[in-house]
Amino acid sequence: MTDHIKHSTTYIGIAFLLLLCSIAQAGTIKVCPTCPEKSVSKAVANAKAGDKILVDGGVYKENTIEINKPVSLIGINNPVLDGQYKGEILTIRSSHVFVKGFTFRNVEVSYLSDFAAIRVAEASHVKIINNKVQDAFFGIYLQRADSCVVQGNRVKGNGKTETSAGNAIHLWYCNAITVKDNKVSGHRDGIYFEFATNSHIENNLSQNNLRYGLHFMFSDGNVYKHNTFRQNGAGVAVMYTKNILMENNLFENNWGAAAYGLLLKDISRSVIRNNTFKRNTTGIYLEGSSKLDVEQNDFLNNGWAIRLLANCTEDTFRLNNFIANSFDVATNGNVMLNQFSGNHWDKYHGYDINKDQVGDVPYRPVSLYSMLVERVPSSVMFMRSFIVNLMDRIEKVIPSVIPEQLVDASPSMKKISYDRDKKSV
Amino acid sequence: MKTIIKHVLYDILRSRIVLAYTVFMLVLAFGLFNLEGDPAKSLLSLLNVVLLVVPLISIVFATTHFYNSYEFMELLMAQPVNRKKIFLSEYLAVALSLSAAYVVGIGVPVLLYGANATALFLLAVGVGITFVFVALAFLASVVTRDKAKGIGVALLLWVYFALIYDGIVIFILYFFSEYPLEKASLAMIALNPIDLGRIVVMLNLDVSALMGYTGALYKSMFGSGTGVAISFGILLLWVLFPLLTSKRIFSKKDI
Repeated sequence: MTDHIKHSTTYIGIAFLLLLCSIAQAGTIKVCPTCPEKSVSKAVANAKAGDKILVDGGVYKENTIEINKPVSLIGINNPVLDGQYKGEILTIRSSHVFVKGFTFRNVEVSYLSDFAAIRVAEASHVKIINNKVQDAFFGIYLQRADSCVVQGNRVKGNGKTETSAGNAIHLWYCNAITVKDNKVSGHRDGIYFEFATNSHIENNLSQNNLRYGLHFMFSDGNVYKHNTFRQNGAGVAVMYTKNILMENNLFENNWGAAAYGLLLKDISRSVIRNNTFKRNTTGIYLEGSSKLDVEQNDFLNNGWAIRLLANCTEDTFRLNNFIANSFDVATNGNVMLNQFSGNHWDKYHGYDINKDQVGDVPYRPVSLYSMLVERVPSSVMFMRSFIVNLMDRIEKVIPSVIPEQLVDASPSMKKISYDRDKKSV
Repeated sequence: MKTIIKHVLYDILRSRIVLAYTVFMLVLAFGLFNLEGDPAKSLLSLLNVVLLVVPLISIVFATTHFYNSYEFMELLMAQPVNRKKIFLSEYLAVALSLSAAYVVGIGVPVLLYGANATALFLLAVGVGITFVFVALAFLASVVTRDKAKGIGVALLLWVYFALIYDGIVIFILYFFSEYPLEKASLAMIALNPIDLGRIVVMLNLDVSALMGYTGALYKSMFGSGTGVAISFGILLLWVLFPLLTSKRIFSKKDI
């Protein structure tokens, strides 16, 4: 027994010694305009694995800095790495790299390669924290990366057209990435995921991007929480994905002829909960999506709250609030294989005799006019005209055109309130 | 001409119907602004009511007024006064008094609760529609000497523009939905002053995004300064055509 304890103390002692050695070995290299070392790329080249490179404030006109060993690159007093519009600035090809506190700017726009301010290629456990990226083609680009953290960065682009702008945060074939507290704007897509799985996207703000605030495809098992997507050219589009969780996000002011709060195409087995959709042309657009739980969301002041194409199946819409939307639900066919129940509709005119807060008359969220607009888009010019109101009233009393099954049998009389974690923006 | 307008205006004021109309508009507008928290929303509701009520009141009031002042007009015609002048003075007096009632009734609440470009458009459109429907009422009145018939024709005109016309257009759009009808629908809008007024206001309310391709087309057509000028030009045509026609009929008519 005592023998055993003695052994373990020896081991711990040896481990401690080893740790001391490694700390002693890990050097610190200082870079500043007046230091012996004036170049970040040389410092990186000279550094040994585990070294810490401290870069002091100043402008460093350098590009194509390549990190291929585990080092920490730390900016003090906000140093600026200026790429001078020549290729990339920082490429990380090693795992366990830490980059913090820099401003990256002026990355070349290319139609041949995707130049990025920071690229992480085939590495894991890389942390990119509190950097600023200005006027870059691509901002932060992760390819074949694993278990990385992208946190607290501000990526501000200067894109003019979709073809000449890249994405702010771009993930390609990645796994278990955390994208947190970032603010991105002015790029083509704010956050772009392709084949990125099991990742957490939290507390980001994506606004004023040319195309989508968030765009992901083939990215299963991701979690999106507390993000804000605002005033993006076409809102948020997500495609060909399953098992995602979207909670407490805010989709706001995505307004335009081809803009969507949230566009879902071929999404399945996912949960959309506690989100707010405010003043979007279309709150949620669903095409070919199945087995979605859309619960406890607020749809406020949208043009269409939900556009549900007839090729969607087994979607459930429960306990949502629909308030002041021009159209609550629109669809394009007569078949409806989705379920609505317990939602609150501000256009509901029914009554509640037994006072259980559930309306006694079913509510049909699709109006005759919305069916007409879906079939004949130019009839939208009669919006808010007397004849349209008349037609809708008559159709509500005697439904003949609107889909028979699209009905909320238990509409809530009161606005549904639920716990929503306060956003911290 | 001025003296005649003055006399007719005095006559209209004495009947108190225009005053009642002003009060009605005031109550309506104040009520809507107080019911809805959001002024933009109440403007929309107001637009709905205005586009229904203003043509109705204008056309009915103008027709009854025309028949009621038949004797006065006969008296004037015995004097050395041009018939055209008599007719135009009658028209201007009725249209101006109704417009004034509308501007006061809607304008005061709008100014108090949030004046913006849309509100100004609503006011301008209302005035335009008043002028159009008074002209249509005069046309209906000169066509027949029978008061009941005249009012019947006027009401029919109102029902046609407020309801039937839209129904027909929706039917056409639905029936020919395979064809690109955007341009044609533009033309069809121009053929109804009420639709024209509604679309001008709506496009300034930023709802054009809902309208997709059609909206983009309309926005490029009606949303710009020239577009607004064109639509008010069309409204002016809608005033001039019935007015000049009825003036000609009135000048040649046996009284």
